Amino acid sequence: MSETFLPVLAGHAEGGQVAAPSTPRNVPYHNATPNPSADALRAQFGDAVHRVDVVWGETTVFVHRAQVLQIVRWLHDDPTQQYDYLSDVTAVEYRDLDRPIEVVWHLRSLPHRRFLRLKALLPKGQPLVVPSVWSVYKGADWLERECYDMFGIRFDGHPDLRRLLMWEQYKEGYPLRKDFPLRGRFSRSEQLRQILSQNPEAKYSMEELTVLEAFDELSLEQRARLRSGEKVGE
Amino acid sequence: MGLDTRRVETGVDVSPSSSESWVTTRLDFLVNWGRANSLWPMPFGTACCAIEFMATAASKFDLARFGMERMSFSPRQADVLICAGRVPFKLAPVLRRIWQQMPQPKWCISMGACASSGGMFDNYAVVQGIDTIIPVDVYVPGCPPRPEGLMYGIMMLQEKVKKERMADKSLRNEMEPDPQSGLYIPPTLIDEVSEPFGNSVHQTRSGL
Repeated sequence: MSETFLPVLAGHAEGGQVAAPSTPRNVPYHNATPNPSADALRAQFGDAVHRVDVVWGETTVFVHRAQVLQIVRWLHDDPTQQYDYLSDVTAVEYRDLDRPIEVVWHLRSLPHRRFLRLKALLPKGQPLVVPSVWSVYKGADWLERECYDMFGIRFDGHPDLRRLLMWEQYKEGYPLRKDFPLRGRFSRSEQLRQILSQNPEAKYSMEELTVLEAFDELSLEQRARLRSGEKVGE
Repeated sequence: MGLDTRRVETGVDVSPSSSESWVTTRLDFLVNWGRANSLWPMPFGTACCAIEFMATAASKFDLARFGMERMSFSPRQADVLICAGRVPFKLAPVLRRIWQQMPQPKWCISMGACASSGGMFDNYAVVQGIDTIIPVDVYVPGCPPRPEGLMYGIMMLQEKVKKERMADKSLRNEMEPDPQSGLYIPPTLIDEVSEPFGNSVHQTRSGL
């Protein structure tokens, strides 16, 4: 029976008693009932949780930037939370120069049918560094690379923090920052000259294209299939 | 009496005073007729123009009527590069590599506003016209162009192909980029044609 296929069902925590959501009606703009995870975070982490905001029924928890990894790991591992899916990692910069940049994590708990938004504030004039959650969610890899590419926020602990959308040698800065001119910093001819001097085949490293590193994380059945002759890389 | 100076609808201009013989001009006509009616396109579709291009190639508009039956998904067997859609800077070296891999004779159609001029994407990420990377024969305007528009561009290209002369080798010269800048168009000209216009004059609306 151990090999039988177990479908992943949403709301299967607490013996499948989490009610299926109905279409929300008359959701207040502010001060709806917060996600129960917010109170649990307050109880668990105390001062690291700065503020809880409920907007249009969605809970946002402002946390201290140094504690992000511990908080996300606890949300992922704790049986009362089980946030097993990271939807997005992104950032927001506001037009107000004094307002800090916000880094946003969207977490979803399928077993508990919960959605939680974490935010960490990065004040202007200080190095833009937050901990990487890659060690908890492998899917954060490219999300954090994109965020670094567009905003210049460094994710401490990320294994391979390179640009994702722009090419790696892009020198003009971080395009989604408010001080970035829409057409870029260089002249059009200089932009063309720089990109045409790139080798189109140098974009990918063989380390990136191989699956050998992931071999130990595959299931036994997949490993056996690969061993029996399927090619796994150079 | 000499040659008949009345224009014959061959698409080949014959000047009576030139030293070209009847044989070479007839051969020109034959070769051009063959080339113009069997152009193999290399579709380089990156955006919504590619959808219109697919509609053009499908049964209703039927690109095969113009001898474009076979889409060549390899540049090495293609005659005409149809660039359909916007080209981001990151794709610019790829597009140029594809163009360089195509054998002579080769032509290029720039389909749609974005490929021709950058279109509405006057920003940091998009090439402002693929003619800054590769030479272009026909520009098809539109956002995206209707299939009829693309066909008109293809027919214009066929006209151009039919007018080529074996005696005139200059048409077959490979266009070499400037060794200094690596660009086909002088850098000053690129900067001039991509001057800010319209809304993009206001680079950042937040006033930073």
